[in-house]
Amino acid sequence: MSLDLAAKRPNWFARLANPGQFLAWSRPLVWPLAGLTTLLFVVGLYFALLDSPPDYQMGETVRIMYIHVPTAILAEGIYVVMALAALGTLVWRHPLADVANKAAAPLGALFTGLALISGSLWGRPTWGTFWEWDGRMTSFLILFLIYLGIVALWRAFDDPGRAGRVIAVFTLVGALDIPVVKFSVDWWNTLHQGASIDLMGDRHMADSMLLPLGLMTLAFGFLFLTLYLVRVRTEIFRRRAESLARQAAASAAP
Amino acid sequence: MIDLGPHAAFIVGAYAAVTIGVLGAILWVVFDARRVAGRLAALEARGIRRRSAGSSAS
Repeated sequence: MSLDLAAKRPNWFARLANPGQFLAWSRPLVWPLAGLTTLLFVVGLYFALLDSPPDYQMGETVRIMYIHVPTAILAEGIYVVMALAALGTLVWRHPLADVANKAAAPLGALFTGLALISGSLWGRPTWGTFWEWDGRMTSFLILFLIYLGIVALWRAFDDPGRAGRVIAVFTLVGALDIPVVKFSVDWWNTLHQGASIDLMGDRHMADSMLLPLGLMTLAFGFLFLTLYLVRVRTEIFRRRAESLARQAAASAAP
Repeated sequence: MIDLGPHAAFIVGAYAAVTIGVLGAILWVVFDARRVAGRLAALEARGIRRRSAGSSAS
Protein backbone atom coordinates (compact mmCIF):
# COMPACT_ATOMS: atom_id res chain seq x y z
CA MET A 1 0.00 0.00 0.00
CA SER A 2 1.43 3.34 -0.90
CA LEU A 3 0.98 6.35 1.30
CA ASP A 4 -0.18 9.31 -0.73
CA LEU A 5 1.45 12.22 1.06
CA ALA A 6 0.51 14.71 -1.63
CA ALA A 7 -3.18 14.16 -0.93
CA LYS A 8 -2.75 15.13 2.71
CA ARG A 9 -1.70 18.74 2.97
CA PRO A 10 1.01 19.02 5.66
CA ASN A 11 0.51 21.54 8.43
CA TRP A 12 2.67 24.67 8.65
CA PHE A 13 5.14 23.11 11.06
CA ALA A 14 5.68 20.12 8.80
CA ARG A 15 6.17 22.47 5.86
CA LEU A 16 8.77 24.38 7.83
CA ALA A 17 10.42 21.31 9.31
CA ASN A 18 10.76 19.12 6.27
CA PRO A 19 13.82 19.96 4.13
CA GLY A 20 12.03 18.95 0.92
CA GLN A 21 9.04 21.13 1.75
CA PHE A 22 11.37 23.98 2.75
CA LEU A 23 13.15 23.82 -0.60
CA ALA A 24 9.80 23.96 -2.39
CA TRP A 25 8.33 26.99 -0.64
CA SER A 26 11.55 28.97 -0.26
CA ARG A 27 12.58 28.86 -3.92
CA PRO A 28 10.10 31.45 -5.28
CA LEU A 29 10.95 33.79 -2.38
CA VAL A 30 14.65 34.32 -3.16
CA TRP A 31 14.43 36.79 -6.06
CA PRO A 32 11.54 38.91 -4.65
CA LEU A 33 13.46 39.16 -1.37
CA ALA A 34 16.62 40.18 -3.25
CA GLY A 35 14.63 42.84 -5.14
CA LEU A 36 13.03 44.21 -1.97
CA THR A 37 16.46 44.31 -0.27
CA THR A 38 17.94 46.29 -3.18
CA LEU A 39 15.03 48.74 -3.15
CA LEU A 40 15.30 49.26 0.61
CA PHE A 41 19.05 49.91 0.31
CA VAL A 42 18.57 52.45 -2.49
CA VAL A 43 15.91 54.40 -0.56
CA GLY A 44 17.68 53.93 2.80
CA LEU A 45 21.05 55.13 1.48
CA TYR A 46 19.38 58.13 -0.15
CA PHE A 47 18.01 59.26 3.20
CA ALA A 48 21.11 58.19 5.15
CA LEU A 49 23.60 60.05 2.97
CA LEU A 50 21.67 62.78 1.16
CA ASP A 51 18.41 63.65 2.85
CA SER A 52 19.06 63.65 6.59
CA PRO A 53 20.62 66.38 8.71
CA PRO A 54 23.96 66.28 10.53
CA ASP A 55 23.72 65.80 14.29
CA TYR A 56 24.08 68.93 16.41
CA GLN A 57 26.88 67.31 18.43
CA MET A 58 28.38 64.58 16.23
CA GLY A 59 28.03 66.45 12.95
CA GLU A 60 28.22 64.37 9.77
CA THR A 61 29.66 61.34 11.60
CA VAL A 62 26.10 60.50 12.69
CA ARG A 63 25.76 58.96 9.21
CA ILE A 64 27.87 56.04 10.45
CA MET A 65 24.95 55.23 12.77
CA TYR A 66 22.87 54.18 9.75
CA ILE A 67 25.19 51.24 9.09
CA HIS A 68 26.53 50.63 12.60
CA VAL A 69 23.20 50.19 14.41
CA PRO A 70 21.60 47.83 11.82
CA THR A 71 24.70 45.60 11.69
CA ALA A 72 24.84 45.55 15.51
CA ILE A 73 21.13 44.64 15.72
CA LEU A 74 21.73 41.81 13.23
CA ALA A 75 24.78 40.63 15.21
CA GLU A 76 22.56 40.04 18.23
CA GLY A 77 19.44 38.99 16.31
CA ILE A 78 21.24 36.32 14.29
CA TYR A 79 22.60 34.85 17.49
CA VAL A 80 19.06 34.60 18.88
CA VAL A 81 18.07 32.73 15.67
CA MET A 82 21.03 30.37 16.20
CA ALA A 83 20.15 29.83 19.87
CA LEU A 84 16.57 28.92 18.87
CA ALA A 85 18.00 26.55 16.24
CA ALA A 86 20.22 25.02 18.96
CA LEU A 87 17.10 24.39 21.06
CA GLY A 88 15.53 22.85 17.96
CA THR A 89 18.49 20.46 17.71
CA LEU A 90 18.64 19.46 21.36
CA VAL A 91 14.96 19.46 22.36
CA TRP A 92 12.93 18.71 19.25
CA ARG A 93 15.60 17.18 16.98
CA HIS A 94 14.15 19.32 14.24
CA PRO A 95 15.62 18.16 10.90
CA LEU A 96 16.39 21.69 9.78
CA ALA A 97 17.75 22.96 13.10
CA ASP A 98 21.41 21.99 12.50
CA VAL A 99 21.24 23.47 9.03
CA ALA A 100 19.69 26.68 10.43
CA ASN A 101 22.53 27.07 12.91
CA LYS A 102 25.31 26.30 10.44
CA ALA A 103 23.90 28.58 7.72
CA ALA A 104 23.56 31.57 10.07
CA ALA A 105 26.97 31.43 11.79
CA PRO A 106 29.19 33.01 9.09
CA LEU A 107 26.58 35.71 8.42
CA GLY A 108 26.44 36.50 12.14
CA ALA A 109 30.23 36.69 12.28
CA LEU A 110 30.25 39.02 9.28
CA PHE A 111 27.69 41.47 10.68
CA THR A 112 29.35 41.43 14.11
CA GLY A 113 32.70 42.21 12.47
CA LEU A 114 31.14 45.02 10.43
CA ALA A 115 29.50 46.48 13.56
CA LEU A 116 32.88 46.39 15.33
CA ILE A 117 34.68 48.10 12.42
CA SER A 118 32.00 50.76 11.84
CA GLY A 119 31.70 51.38 15.59
CA SER A 120 35.43 51.78 15.90
CA LEU A 121 35.51 54.26 12.99
CA TRP A 122 32.64 56.16 14.63
CA GLY A 123 34.32 56.11 18.04
CA ARG A 124 37.54 57.82 16.96
CA PRO A 125 35.98 61.16 15.89
CA THR A 126 33.25 61.17 18.57
CA TRP A 127 35.00 59.69 21.64
CA GLY A 128 38.61 60.25 20.62
CA THR A 129 39.45 56.54 20.60
CA PHE A 130 38.99 53.57 18.27
CA TRP A 131 38.57 51.15 21.15
CA GLU A 132 37.89 51.01 24.86
CA TRP A 133 37.77 47.86 26.97
CA ASP A 134 34.39 48.71 28.44
CA GLY A 135 31.36 46.47 28.96
CA ARG A 136 29.62 46.96 25.61
CA MET A 137 32.67 46.74 23.39
CA THR A 138 34.29 43.85 25.25
CA SER A 139 31.08 41.78 25.35
CA PHE A 140 30.55 42.53 21.65
CA LEU A 141 34.09 41.39 20.82
CA ILE A 142 33.39 38.19 22.79
CA LEU A 143 30.24 37.71 20.66
CA PHE A 144 32.42 37.99 17.55
CA LEU A 145 34.84 35.37 18.93
CA ILE A 146 31.92 33.05 19.80
CA TYR A 147 30.67 33.31 16.21
CA LEU A 148 34.15 32.49 14.89
CA GLY A 149 34.30 29.54 17.30
CA ILE A 150 31.00 28.18 15.96
CA VAL A 151 32.14 28.61 12.34
CA ALA A 152 35.40 26.80 13.18
CA LEU A 153 33.55 23.98 14.99
CA TRP A 154 31.28 23.37 11.98
CA ARG A 155 34.43 22.99 9.86
CA ALA A 156 36.14 20.72 12.39
CA PHE A 157 33.62 17.83 12.45
CA ASP A 158 33.17 15.24 9.71
CA ASP A 159 29.84 13.96 11.02
CA PRO A 160 27.25 16.76 10.85
CA GLY A 161 24.91 14.96 13.27
CA ARG A 162 27.46 14.85 16.08
CA ALA A 163 28.67 18.35 15.22
CA GLY A 164 25.09 19.63 15.47
CA ARG A 165 24.63 18.49 19.07
CA VAL A 166 28.04 19.70 20.29
CA ILE A 167 27.63 23.06 18.58
CA ALA A 168 24.06 23.44 19.87
CA VAL A 169 25.38 23.16 23.45
CA PHE A 170 28.21 25.61 22.67
CA THR A 171 25.70 28.02 21.07
CA LEU A 172 23.42 27.96 24.13
CA VAL A 173 26.34 28.58 26.50
CA GLY A 174 27.46 31.45 24.25
CA ALA A 175 23.92 32.89 24.37
CA LEU A 176 24.70 34.07 27.91
CA ASP A 177 26.70 36.87 26.25
CA ILE A 178 23.61 38.30 24.51
CA PRO A 179 21.96 39.86 27.61
CA VAL A 180 25.41 41.10 28.67
CA VAL A 181 25.80 42.91 25.31
CA LYS A 182 22.27 44.29 25.54
CA PHE A 183 22.36 45.53 29.14
CA SER A 184 26.08 46.36 29.41
CA VAL A 185 25.33 50.04 28.83
CA ASP A 186 22.94 50.01 31.81
CA TRP A 187 25.03 47.84 34.13
CA TRP A 188 28.39 49.54 33.79
CA ASN A 189 29.86 52.94 33.17
CA THR A 190 30.67 52.96 29.50
CA LEU A 191 31.68 55.24 26.68
CA HIS A 192 28.97 53.68 24.56
CA GLN A 193 25.65 55.47 24.68
CA GLY A 194 22.52 53.75 25.93
CA ALA A 195 19.59 52.74 23.73
CA SER A 196 18.24 55.67 21.71
CA ILE A 197 15.08 53.84 20.76
CA ASP A 198 12.96 52.05 23.30
CA LEU A 199 10.11 50.29 21.53
CA MET A 200 8.04 50.43 24.73
CA GLY A 201 8.80 53.99 25.73
CA ASP A 202 10.45 57.24 24.76
CA ARG A 203 12.71 57.73 21.82
CA HIS A 204 15.52 60.22 21.80
CA MET A 205 15.92 60.79 18.10
CA ALA A 206 14.45 63.18 15.53
CA ASP A 207 12.15 61.72 12.86
CA SER A 208 14.60 62.92 10.17
CA MET A 209 17.17 60.47 11.59
CA LEU A 210 14.74 57.78 12.65
CA LEU A 211 13.53 57.36 9.05
CA PRO A 212 16.94 56.48 7.50
CA LEU A 213 17.77 54.36 10.53
CA GLY A 214 14.52 52.42 10.18
CA LEU A 215 14.95 52.00 6.43
CA MET A 216 18.55 50.85 6.74
CA THR A 217 17.64 48.44 9.54
CA LEU A 218 14.93 46.96 7.31
CA ALA A 219 17.37 46.82 4.37
CA PHE A 220 20.00 44.94 6.39
CA GLY A 221 17.29 42.72 7.86
CA PHE A 222 16.03 41.71 4.42
CA LEU A 223 19.63 41.30 3.22
CA PHE A 224 20.19 38.78 6.00
CA LEU A 225 16.88 37.04 5.27
CA THR A 226 17.76 36.69 1.58
CA LEU A 227 21.30 35.45 2.19
CA TYR A 228 20.10 33.16 4.97
CA LEU A 229 17.45 31.56 2.79
CA VAL A 230 20.02 30.84 0.07
CA ARG A 231 22.53 29.55 2.64
CA VAL A 232 19.98 27.17 4.19
CA ARG A 233 19.02 25.90 0.72
CA THR A 234 22.70 25.45 -0.18
CA GLU A 235 23.36 23.55 3.03
CA ILE A 236 20.45 21.16 2.35
CA PHE A 237 21.77 20.58 -1.19
CA ARG A 238 25.30 20.08 0.18
CA ARG A 239 24.08 17.38 2.56
CA ARG A 240 22.19 15.70 -0.28
CA ALA A 241 25.33 15.81 -2.43
CA GLU A 242 27.43 14.35 0.39
CA SER A 243 24.88 11.61 0.94
CA LEU A 244 24.86 10.81 -2.80
CA ALA A 245 28.66 10.78 -2.89
CA ARG A 246 28.69 8.30 0.04
CA GLN A 247 26.06 6.20 -1.71
CA ALA A 248 28.13 6.19 -4.90
CA ALA A 249 31.28 5.25 -2.98
CA ALA A 250 29.46 2.44 -1.14
CA SER A 251 28.02 0.95 -4.34
CA ALA A 252 31.39 1.19 -6.09
CA ALA A 253 33.14 -0.69 -3.27
CA PRO A 254 33.73 -4.42 -3.99
CA MET B 1 28.98 66.01 -3.92
CA ILE B 2 27.92 65.80 -0.30
CA ASP B 3 30.24 67.57 2.14
CA LEU B 4 31.05 65.14 4.95
CA GLY B 5 33.01 67.64 7.01
CA PRO B 6 36.36 67.19 8.76
CA HIS B 7 35.74 63.51 9.62
CA ALA B 8 34.91 62.43 6.07
CA ALA B 9 37.63 59.75 6.07
CA PHE B 10 35.97 57.93 8.99
CA ILE B 11 32.52 58.06 7.37
CA VAL B 12 33.81 56.93 3.97
CA GLY B 13 35.94 54.25 5.64
CA ALA B 14 32.98 52.85 7.59
CA TYR B 15 30.72 52.77 4.52
CA ALA B 16 33.51 51.27 2.39
CA ALA B 17 34.18 48.50 4.94
CA VAL B 18 30.50 47.60 5.20
CA THR B 19 30.08 47.70 1.38
CA ILE B 20 33.08 45.41 0.86
CA GLY B 21 31.83 43.05 3.58
CA VAL B 22 28.29 42.89 2.20
CA LEU B 23 29.36 42.49 -1.44
CA GLY B 24 31.90 39.85 -0.43
CA ALA B 25 29.20 37.94 1.48
CA ILE B 26 26.80 38.10 -1.49
CA LEU B 27 29.49 36.82 -3.88
CA TRP B 28 30.49 34.03 -1.49
CA VAL B 29 26.87 32.92 -0.89
CA VAL B 30 26.10 32.90 -4.65
CA PHE B 31 29.38 31.17 -5.54
CA ASP B 32 28.88 28.50 -2.86
CA ALA B 33 25.26 27.90 -3.96
CA ARG B 34 26.31 27.43 -7.60
CA ARG B 35 29.22 25.17 -6.67
CA VAL B 36 27.03 22.89 -4.54
CA ALA B 37 24.24 22.85 -7.15
CA GLY B 38 26.82 21.88 -9.79
CA ARG B 39 28.18 19.07 -7.60
CA LEU B 40 24.68 17.71 -6.93
CA ALA B 41 23.77 17.90 -10.63
CA ALA B 42 26.98 16.06 -11.57
CA LEU B 43 26.22 13.25 -9.11
CA GLU B 44 22.65 12.97 -10.35
CA ALA B 45 23.87 12.97 -13.96
CA ARG B 46 25.86 9.84 -13.07
CA GLY B 47 22.54 8.19 -12.31
CA ILE B 48 22.89 8.28 -8.54
CA ARG B 49 19.54 8.95 -6.88
CA ARG B 50 18.67 9.50 -3.25
CA ARG B 51 17.05 6.47 -1.65
CA SER B 52 14.29 8.75 -0.38
CA ALA B 53 13.76 10.44 -3.75
CA GLY B 54 10.15 10.20 -4.72
CA SER B 55 8.79 10.57 -1.21
CA SER B 56 8.26 13.99 0.32
CA ALA B 57 10.48 13.21 3.30
CA SER B 58 14.14 13.77 2.60
